[in-house]
Amino acid sequence: MVFLQQLVNGISLGSVYSLIAIGYTMVYGIVKLINFAHGDILMIGAFCGYYAFLWAQGSASPVLAVAFAFLLAMAISALVGVIIEKTCYKPLRNAPRINALITAIGVSIVLENGARVIPFMGPNPRQVSIPEAFKGVFALGGLTISKVQVLTLATSLVLMVVLTAFVQLTRTGKAMRAVSHDMDAAQLMGISVNRIVSITFAIGAALGGAAGVLYAMNFPMINPYMGIMPGLKAFIAAVFGGIGSIPGAMIGGLVMGVAETLTKGFISSKLADAVAFGILIVILLVRPSGLLGKSAREKV
Amino acid sequence: MKKKGVDFLLLLGSGLLVYCLIASLAWVGVIDEYYMQLLSVAGVYIIVALSLNLITGFTGQLALGHAGFMSIGAYTAAIFVMRASLPLLPSVLLGGLVSAVFGFAIGFPTLRLRGDYLAITTLGFGEIIRVVLNNLEGLTGGSAGLQGIPSFSDTGNYTLDAIIKFSWIFAFFVATVATISNLIRSSPGRVIVSVREDEIASTSMGNDVTRYKMIAFTVSAFFAGIGGGLFSALIGYLNPSDFNFLYSVNFVVIAVLGGLGSLTGTVLGGLVFTFAQEWLRVLGDFRLVVFGLLLILLMIFWQSGIMGNKELSITGLVRRIFRKGGRAQ
Amino acid sequence: MRNERRGFHMFKKSAVLLVILAFVVALLPACSATSNTIAIGTIMPISGPVSTYGIQSRDASQMAIDEINAAGGVLGKKLQLYVEDDEATPEKTVNAFTKLVTQHKIVALVGGLTSPCTLAIIADAQKRKVVLVTPSSTNDTVTDAGNFIFRACYNDSFQGQVMAKFAYQNLGAKTAAIIFDNTNDYSKGLKDSFTAAFTALGGTLVDTESYAKGDTDFNAQLTKIASNKPDVLFVPDYYSTVSLVAKQARTAGITVPMLGADGWDEIANNAGDEVDGCYYSNHYSPDANDQQVKDFVAAYKAKYNAEPNALAALAYDATYMIADAIKLAGSTDPDAIQAAMMKTNKKFVTGQISFNEKRNPVKSAVILELVKGDVANKPKVVYNTTVNP
Repeated sequence: MVFLQQLVNGISLGSVYSLIAIGYTMVYGIVKLINFAHGDILMIGAFCGYYAFLWAQGSASPVLAVAFAFLLAMAISALVGVIIEKTCYKPLRNAPRINALITAIGVSIVLENGARVIPFMGPNPRQVSIPEAFKGVFALGGLTISKVQVLTLATSLVLMVVLTAFVQLTRTGKAMRAVSHDMDAAQLMGISVNRIVSITFAIGAALGGAAGVLYAMNFPMINPYMGIMPGLKAFIAAVFGGIGSIPGAMIGGLVMGVAETLTKGFISSKLADAVAFGILIVILLVRPSGLLGKSAREKV
Repeated sequence: MKKKGVDFLLLLGSGLLVYCLIASLAWVGVIDEYYMQLLSVAGVYIIVALSLNLITGFTGQLALGHAGFMSIGAYTAAIFVMRASLPLLPSVLLGGLVSAVFGFAIGFPTLRLRGDYLAITTLGFGEIIRVVLNNLEGLTGGSAGLQGIPSFSDTGNYTLDAIIKFSWIFAFFVATVATISNLIRSSPGRVIVSVREDEIASTSMGNDVTRYKMIAFTVSAFFAGIGGGLFSALIGYLNPSDFNFLYSVNFVVIAVLGGLGSLTGTVLGGLVFTFAQEWLRVLGDFRLVVFGLLLILLMIFWQSGIMGNKELSITGLVRRIFRKGGRAQ
Repeated sequence: MRNERRGFHMFKKSAVLLVILAFVVALLPACSATSNTIAIGTIMPISGPVSTYGIQSRDASQMAIDEINAAGGVLGKKLQLYVEDDEATPEKTVNAFTKLVTQHKIVALVGGLTSPCTLAIIADAQKRKVVLVTPSSTNDTVTDAGNFIFRACYNDSFQGQVMAKFAYQNLGAKTAAIIFDNTNDYSKGLKDSFTAAFTALGGTLVDTESYAKGDTDFNAQLTKIASNKPDVLFVPDYYSTVSLVAKQARTAGITVPMLGADGWDEIANNAGDEVDGCYYSNHYSPDANDQQVKDFVAAYKAKYNAEPNALAALAYDATYMIADAIKLAGSTDPDAIQAAMMKTNKKFVTGQISFNEKRNPVKSAVILELVKGDVANKPKVVYNTTVNP
């Protein structure tokens, strides 16, 4: 019974990672950039959620409050994502990889510490007031799962399906796949690469923002540094599942969550972080393209 | 060839001159103990940044976990000094050696990867090292840290102690620059640089690219460990949580600021970084925002850093100063 | 185009030259305390993750200094507070301490805040005979460095013992579980001392789980703890983490009381029903009918427009301890100040304090209880009992 409960815990945690990983993998798949700032977009989304719930506190409908939180978070995150892309990443599109990576680290540092100095965000931790209807648990058999955990799992599944459909079935999605495959060829075929990259960042950031709201509902103490570790772990999840593959990110997130939880529950809670990075290293050695990724041959 | 030899001697000579200048200024009290401390800290940072520049600037592999190697060297040296009563010099060297062993072990799986994945994997190893050090309480003291590490000397005269401290670090700094510089200029060094320029072309020329990446990585880990050993004696206290990802980023910033691919650049970058950190402290929390902006602006507008990939050459400098205007370059 | 490049090149070179010049200028020694002031130093994290505590501590120290100077100063001289920021990083604490003793010639120091930062400088402080009073570092070994190192707060052993005794005797708990932060020395120290004390009294630790700093999901550990059915759960960490742990503990089915230490300070504003029926130890009760506490809180609010937390009160007391010792010593001779510090026995904001032979304060701990408040989901803090050492 304890094992089943731990499994439930793991899947819940994993669905949070999945949600973050989906945004990560989308951006990396197209722009080939580890957006270190993705975890901080999560943080921005969480703060949007905090304020949305604060303003909606009197309202009668909790569903509306949550919807408002999502909308606010996704809109602002998308805006921030596009601004970052246009100012910091676009100038480096043709520069060596190292430069883009270092810039991404710089953006992350600016967002985290900027949030600390902005008075309506940092530096103190803030408690998020979730609508009453979303507090509490479902008890099924001897297992407990909280309402927010169910919402998180459902949202990540829905988003995964919607996003995969978008990428596979729409024209913009096809353009995104083309840019991911070969940026120069796509440009020659008449695809506006700038537009596609901006759209990608906007969607990826919006997903990060939505993940932030759900993260804040799951763990209602938010602070400017909250995005660092989840961002890293979600990236590991994305790599595990195959970077660029959205279903892969979903699976990767769940695997990360379950592995971490089972380690804490049955082996040793002290080594949980080390296990997370250990998974990354093992997968990169054994199957670098990840579970569902395609192995790319490097062209000269 | 002869010009290079002259260049090297001149650089060595000027280094000695700088040392004597600083030491005497400290002795008469113009440079006080606090600034000697900062110079010593800068020296340690420069040594680690030089080791990072070797793997990132010259070999082209971005490493984001060098705080891990530094911490291995630091703890090794401290433990040998405090538990095995070994003198400082062999302890620091052992620190470098143990770090190099870990560098070899980590490099083995990691260096097969490219670019982003390599960077993230080094980050991962840095974190793993931190977690392990925290959990080996019996050896490292765990989260309480290791305190009371003896300093370089204890003569009772604070000024003399400060000068001795600086001398130790300066000596290791010279050794580090000399070794890395010679490595770069040797034939293995040529292969290492060719990996940065175009790894695939280098492989198709018949070079065992992985072998040379391993050499660079292991040497890099060695010097990072040396820096760590010196750090432990300099500060006297170690805590695993201080050697985190952001600490590794500090060294990346120094190398980038000075110019990836320039050793003198790293020296200048280290000095600027250490002193700027002190001065900008008045900004409070804004300081870190400035730090991040600096990284971004450097990468977008000044990718080559202070020295680009050139080295300081005394003869070149003299020639530049005494060239009359007119003849455009 | 070549001129532009040369222009930028010239800019780069002059920029570098300017920086080198700045170094040279900066190397000129800074001014130190004049002969009619006494220099006191404080090293606090003014920036970085725990800056809120550092800023409050610094402000409280400054307030104490201002009050003392307004009342005539010490030995006919004014006190001058020199503040250095160490960003809660031990490496920077060492640099800051070197700066204070070298450039400002401080006779005493209020600092550091966190135990690692204090541990980094105690050996040097002892060597240089600078009286160091840490207002908030709880690691037991801090005062081991020598007779110049003092502490204004409880150490980990004392608080762990207090809560273990409270659990066993007042709450009648026979079994306990602990969930703590393995990367935080404060949390770990409390876990060690609680474990030792609780088992010495006859209780049993049924489960001890850990997490790392920054973790937010504790469900795995709490599910395990729930299955072991402890009578109490000890959560020795800061309020922001405790808030999350408490919520998830209740979800995991842990209904027993949770216990904490002074890190829980401010939990009432940052948690809801989940902490009803929980207890924690603190340095003083903010709602005490103690005139000294009331005066301190009012003065702090008036000057800085914020509620002081417990660390601020401790920094305030630490500053007064030093000033009083200098007065008693009648000079700024280090050994005289040290001897005078040992004679401290006075009522401060955080209680009646004297030092034992290890320079730890002999004072009582207050145990506070969280009860259902008047507003829904907002617990209230009430005083429960005082535990004497």
